[in-house]
Amino acid sequence: MDHLVTARSMFGMTMGFHIIFATLGVGLPLMILIAELLYQKTKDPSYNIMAQRWIKGFSVLLGVAIPTGTIAGTQLSLLWPGFMEVVGKVMALPFQIEIYAFFIEALFLSIYVYAADRISPFMRILSVIFIAIGGAASAVLITNVHAFEGTPAGFTITDGNITNVEPWAAFFNPSFLVTAGHVVVSAYTTVGFIIASVAAYKMLRSRKDKKVYSFHRKALIIGLTVGGVFSFLTALNGHESAQHLYEYQPEKLAGAEGLFETQDHAPLTLGGFTDVENQEIKYGIEFPWALSFLAGNSFDTTVIGLNDFPREYWPPLFIHTLFNSMVVIGGFLLMLALAAFVWTKFLKKKEFPKLFLWAFIISGPLAVIAIESGWIFACTGRQPWIIYRMMKTSEAVTTSADLSLLFFLFLLVYIILGIAVVLVLRYYFKRHPVSEDLAKLNSEGGI
Amino acid sequence: MADTVIAVTLLWGLVFIYAIMASMDFGAGFWSMVYINKEKTNATNIANRYLSPTWEVTNVFIVAIVVGLFSFFPSATFTLGTVLLIPGSIMLLLLAIRSGFLVFSHMAKGYEKALIYVSGVSGIFIPALLICVLPITHGGYINKVNGNDRLDLGALFTSPNVYMFMLFAFTSTLFLSSLLLTDYSKTSDQYNAYEVYRRDALITGPCSLIAGFLVIATLRTESPWIYNNMMDHVWALVASIIAFIIAGLCLFLPTKSRLGRPRISVVMVIIQYFFASYVYGRSHLPYMVYPNVTLEEGFTDPATFKALFITYIVAFIILFPGFVYFWSLFMKDRGYLKKNFKSKDDNDPEGAY
Ligand code: HDD
Ligand code: HEM
Ligand code: HEM
Repeated sequence: MDHLVTARSMFGMTMGFHIIFATLGVGLPLMILIAELLYQKTKDPSYNIMAQRWIKGFSVLLGVAIPTGTIAGTQLSLLWPGFMEVVGKVMALPFQIEIYAFFIEALFLSIYVYAADRISPFMRILSVIFIAIGGAASAVLITNVHAFEGTPAGFTITDGNITNVEPWAAFFNPSFLVTAGHVVVSAYTTVGFIIASVAAYKMLRSRKDKKVYSFHRKALIIGLTVGGVFSFLTALNGHESAQHLYEYQPEKLAGAEGLFETQDHAPLTLGGFTDVENQEIKYGIEFPWALSFLAGNSFDTTVIGLNDFPREYWPPLFIHTLFNSMVVIGGFLLMLALAAFVWTKFLKKKEFPKLFLWAFIISGPLAVIAIESGWIFACTGRQPWIIYRMMKTSEAVTTSADLSLLFFLFLLVYIILGIAVVLVLRYYFKRHPVSEDLAKLNSEGGI
Repeated sequence: MADTVIAVTLLWGLVFIYAIMASMDFGAGFWSMVYINKEKTNATNIANRYLSPTWEVTNVFIVAIVVGLFSFFPSATFTLGTVLLIPGSIMLLLLAIRSGFLVFSHMAKGYEKALIYVSGVSGIFIPALLICVLPITHGGYINKVNGNDRLDLGALFTSPNVYMFMLFAFTSTLFLSSLLLTDYSKTSDQYNAYEVYRRDALITGPCSLIAGFLVIATLRTESPWIYNNMMDHVWALVASIIAFIIAGLCLFLPTKSRLGRPRISVVMVIIQYFFASYVYGRSHLPYMVYPNVTLEEGFTDPATFKALFITYIVAFIILFPGFVYFWSLFMKDRGYLKKNFKSKDDNDPEGAY
């Protein structure tokens, strides 16, 4: 493989693996907090059991999130030394502040997990709040580095030297808030639907056991509520993100939509494949004028097509598919949550039919696919730049040769960790079924 | 003080804290593996009880070092990032396996032993790999090929000095962790474990000291510049040795319950390492990577440094109470440390976690 391609694949692989666990790490504390609060409010011990089980799952997932994150952080310096030299001089703040967020999360996580029985309910809830803040803050901050890559600010490069550095201007670069917001709300969306997936699956399998069934039903409702609210916010904010692309990275938007000619009343095409030869999207469904509206809130908006950019600056055109997957999944999740809401609140139905449950079951994995597509779209769509219009990825890559062996070693370790984490979770939750937790409750005298 | 000196002192402080915490962390993982079949001594449980709540916090420090390095000294990072690709990646792979399996071993009780073996073995190699960064920065292992820096792995792994550094990392990991666990078992009233770890500390302590001398002796021929600088601060080396001797003696002080006052020993040994790393760090200056990168050349933009420095101060004020609270819950609470063992005897599967 080509050196640059290997380096890119290696880093992309690390991030693609880390992000699964990191997203759950950002979102699960919110779910645990909600369960703890519901427990304090309703005194229904199911919610306490829920919080305890989720925190167990959370601590296993962190066993992978933390080392893979450590790999990501170090690999940045190992694979992209040229990039990190700029980041060190200009954009060090988010990394540095992220460390503090990690400390807050790590300290209070240990306190919550290992000292839960020795601290007051108030301190417990406070600890979860700190964990949730730490997780969300680390996501916001690291995403800010990604935002900076797309919309760099706060420095100039003259003759290869970095000058006029303003670290806070770099920190508050134009797409910071939109991008960071999108990552956090999409993480909450994902975790909401993951919880709903697991709960729906367990409901299917525990039809006969009333208690267990109603336990999972409660979890499902929490998951759907969180997922529904945040998928709405994700879509709103996603719209905002697309408008940012229009303004700051127009060739990425053109690539995402397969738009070749600059035009107003530009159409938006869903699905299909970008055909470079004929300059069109094949087999897609076209919505006339929609892209202009998406980009600028009016049908008159002129959207710049790929042909107005030098060919070497074109992003790879398969990002069209990645962008579509994210948006379609986002739409599906939102509809699903809405449908469930109408079903229970307006139609007043008590039970979800099987089809509904199956839709919930696939919603979690779909959300993870959306996260992955969104990131690969965002990072790959920026190519050939590592810092947009400032530094090419090829200028930043390490000069050390022989990445291939390392690539396969990392792949191997991720496979081992990926399989092990699934086995351990299964092992643990098989050994400690909900029915046991619920039974313990009853044997303690039904207090 | 010049900005560069403040920056390098902060970085040195992080490295010092991490060196101590990581030794205890990886060492505890190793001991929990060694004593896994001696259930009666509770030595494995003591090690795990220490490890469970602390490994994440320890891990944050290594990330803090990497971030501190590239944000304070970006050009040094460029050189180091380029040459460390292979050793750095191997270290990361080991760390991933180690941390993952450490967590898994707490959860999958049926496979606990196998999982502890994997994490214990992978963990003990990490300090030895990490420490190789030091000799690499002494010069002599980096070649220029077509204008690019290359690590000369052949030269690195045939150098006696490098092996002495590794030996030092290995022995002092075992020493620091066994000493800490001596203290920890005493606080928990676990006297079987106490005897085991006290003996281990008494064996590994002198070994680590000898390894330290061997490092200095081999530096003399391989990196005379740093050796000579160290000899200019020989007083601190002497102070370090005195602290070591006091630490050793404290393990023989008679007390009400048992022989030894490990808490004082731990403090003395930290002082010992403080002096030793002070001499080393001081003698390393003004080079980050000899002879290519000096502090001044490698330094970040002044505006960035100022902003970073402010966040350090704010973060210290915010985080310090958190650390104190953490310490009081896990290291000091005698009631907790003792009570936890009871629940273990009751064979409660969660109690040990
Ligand atoms: C559950 C996950 C999820 C869902 C449902 C959506 N997104 Fe998204 N999206 C992400 C998860 C995500 C992400 C993985 O978090 C990304 C990658 C980089 C980033 O900033 O967020 C992202 C990036 C991203 C970008 C690129 C930003 C850039 O390249 O700088 C745009 C334009 C959108 N999204 C737009 C949308 C729209 C219009 C959606 C309609 C519903 C949508 N997203 C749903
Ligand atoms: C966490 C989810 C992420 C995923 C799945 C992801 C995915 C990828 C992929 C697939 C590539 C290779 C792209 C290509 O070269 O075609 C890449 C490159 C890169 N990404 Fe991301 N990324 C993620 C997050 C981030 C974040 C948060 C940052 C910012 C700190 C970032 C910075 C980079 C850099 C520096 C590169 C290498 C240079 C480049 O190819 O542009 N990534 N990422
Ligand atoms: C290039 C991109 C990224 C880098 C360099 C990175 C780096 C890291 C590092 C070093 C850790 C380990 C922290 C520790 O030692 O405790 C970590 C963990 C974590 N990361 Fe990432 N990360 C990246 C992307 C992301 C993204 C995009 C998110 C959120 C969506 C995220 C969320 C998390 C979370 C929640 C943890 C667990 C933190 C803890 O408990 O300490 N990371 N990451």
